[in-house]
Amino acid sequence: MDHLSELESRSIYIIREAYAQFRNIAMLWSIGKDSTTMLWLVRKAFYGKLPFPVIHIDTGCKIEDIYRFRDEYAKKWNLNLIVGRNEEALKKGIGPKDKLECCTELKTNALKQIIAKHDFRALLLGIRRDEHGIRAKERYFSPRNSDFKWNYQDQPPELWDQYKSKQDDEQHIRVHPLLHWTELDIWEYIKREKIPITPLYFSKNGKRYRSIGCAPCCNPVDSNAKNVDEVIDELKKTKTAERSGRAQDKEQAYMMQKLRSLGYMILF
Amino acid sequence: MDKKLRFVIVGHIDHGKSTLIGRLLYDTNSLPEEAMEEIKKAGEMLGRKVEFAHIMDHLSEEREKGITIDTAQTFFKNKGKEYVIIDAPGHKEFLKNMITGASQAEAAILMLDVNEGIMEQTKRHAYILNLLGIKQVVVAMNKMDLVNYSEEKFKKVRDELTKFLESINVKPTYFIPISAFNGENIVKKSENMKFYGGPTILEALDSFHKKKDREDSKLIFPVQDVYEIDGKRIIVGKVECGKISKGDSLVALPSKHDITVNTIEKFLENSDSASAGESIGITASGDDGIKRGSVISGKVNPPRIKREFSANVFWMSPKKVMKGEKLIMQIATREVNCEIEKISRRINSSTLEIIGSDADRLEETEVGEVVIKTESPVAIESFNDVEELGRFVLIKNQDISGGGIITSK
Repeated sequence: MDHLSELESRSIYIIREAYAQFRNIAMLWSIGKDSTTMLWLVRKAFYGKLPFPVIHIDTGCKIEDIYRFRDEYAKKWNLNLIVGRNEEALKKGIGPKDKLECCTELKTNALKQIIAKHDFRALLLGIRRDEHGIRAKERYFSPRNSDFKWNYQDQPPELWDQYKSKQDDEQHIRVHPLLHWTELDIWEYIKREKIPITPLYFSKNGKRYRSIGCAPCCNPVDSNAKNVDEVIDELKKTKTAERSGRAQDKEQAYMMQKLRSLGYMILF
Repeated sequence: MDKKLRFVIVGHIDHGKSTLIGRLLYDTNSLPEEAMEEIKKAGEMLGRKVEFAHIMDHLSEEREKGITIDTAQTFFKNKGKEYVIIDAPGHKEFLKNMITGASQAEAAILMLDVNEGIMEQTKRHAYILNLLGIKQVVVAMNKMDLVNYSEEKFKKVRDELTKFLESINVKPTYFIPISAFNGENIVKKSENMKFYGGPTILEALDSFHKKKDREDSKLIFPVQDVYEIDGKRIIVGKVECGKISKGDSLVALPSKHDITVNTIEKFLENSDSASAGESIGITASGDDGIKRGSVISGKVNPPRIKREFSANVFWMSPKKVMKGEKLIMQIATREVNCEIEKISRRINSSTLEIIGSDADRLEETEVGEVVIKTESPVAIESFNDVEELGRFVLIKNQDISGGGIITSK
């Protein structure tokens, strides 16, 4: 079995395991390359008939093509799409002036509202270990308390293919089926499977997005990579970190960990 | 592309595990510029020099205290080959994290500070590697720079360690004198240790093997779930070993139902067979009793069906376990109530001292030679024959608290 097939098979196993253990689950779809790859794997795991909803957390300031792509594929793939917006915070005018407040209200709290409303027991997220050192320490099945706190100092053991599967009512479990993939793996798999991806990732006027999310906090990077093959070539040579275009990671050394323990988890 | 070799780095606290990882990444040119910068900045904030050692220590508590708390995985490449490094903490308190890391590995580097010699976690980690069945082991004899690259010292410590390792049946492929701090004998050969003619750490890793997909062994297909899709009943799971094909006449355990495979189900793909490692689905006739936890196998020499078997159990929870206490066992996809019926020997996993015979409990970090009794019959194998059906976890109060290896022949 080749490398990509091994990654794929392991991810499908984890997705099916999450559904078998918790039944009332959902996946988060940011429309980015990782969660779109995860969605592809979820479709494979369930033969194109997703037994659970797909959540898009909408901060109201996503880069425009994200909305177009979302609606096109939600329809094409017959997804049960839940759009999560913290309307109250949006009405108050909360925005990226204060980045931590903006993420907390428009992402974390928007997601909390959705979880409470649907009583989801587990959420699938497309994070990867190689994105950041903190993520390198994540488990495949990672419990969060009702405040979304990640107790990273006392994570459950995870042996072989056995994961944390029991929880009390206060907890929900974050499941990370792509944890073992690298950025390059994702692109090589996108190529192999011909997974549709938003054109934001491809170069226009010498710039492309390497990581996408909210318009005010994501900057395109210099690049001439105009298609999947060229992105793969570029990644094989680069020494720049993937999230270098992300405002919120840079502000201070431990921002990511802070955001995470506050419940911010999503690659936007 | 070839699959990546996954190796874990274990050993006593401060024997240089994290420094070795930093070196491997740095000397193979695998670090993003930003990572180095971020580490420098964090060091300045804390008012001390942060070295290679802290590349994997990303939790703020880890940097502040200069220790590794949790296991992490990182990737690097060299000459077209790819590797996954699994970092494991060296403190006894974080043993469950070390075991989490080691259970994912195919090979291990055991770090030893030649100056300090064999310590508590050196022994414990070596013992755990053996329990987990990791046979590809290299010992990195670190901090040779602090003993003036003395061949005599190297040999003395190596011989002591060999003696201990033999007693627990660990047979390292190589003992390599290194200086992780200076980057000697890791990626580049050392000029200071001419007495050593063997491979560098990286060359040693290259001689190790990826775990093979075991297509040739007998079929083990643990059932993960059963889906009703478009009027079809699809039995899904991962083929752990062997091969499954359309038309195969098989048996489902422990119910011993005979089934015949009608189709192999892969999304948007036509296929008449699937082999070890693949997550697939099948449809079958005679499948009525099949549910999550069933094991599908060939009719010749199928796994044994047992309610009682012997095992080595390592306990990872601060909450001790008592003989006879109600637990849940997860083995492959099966979940079953169980208890530890007998603890023949209770063992200190570092000193190997036998704390008690016919004991009544196991405490954190202890290993027990035990008999497990399950509420209903389970399909099992001995770990040495079929790993996937020979290992299990024990759940106490909702938490995975123990791991086990089936020793019953």
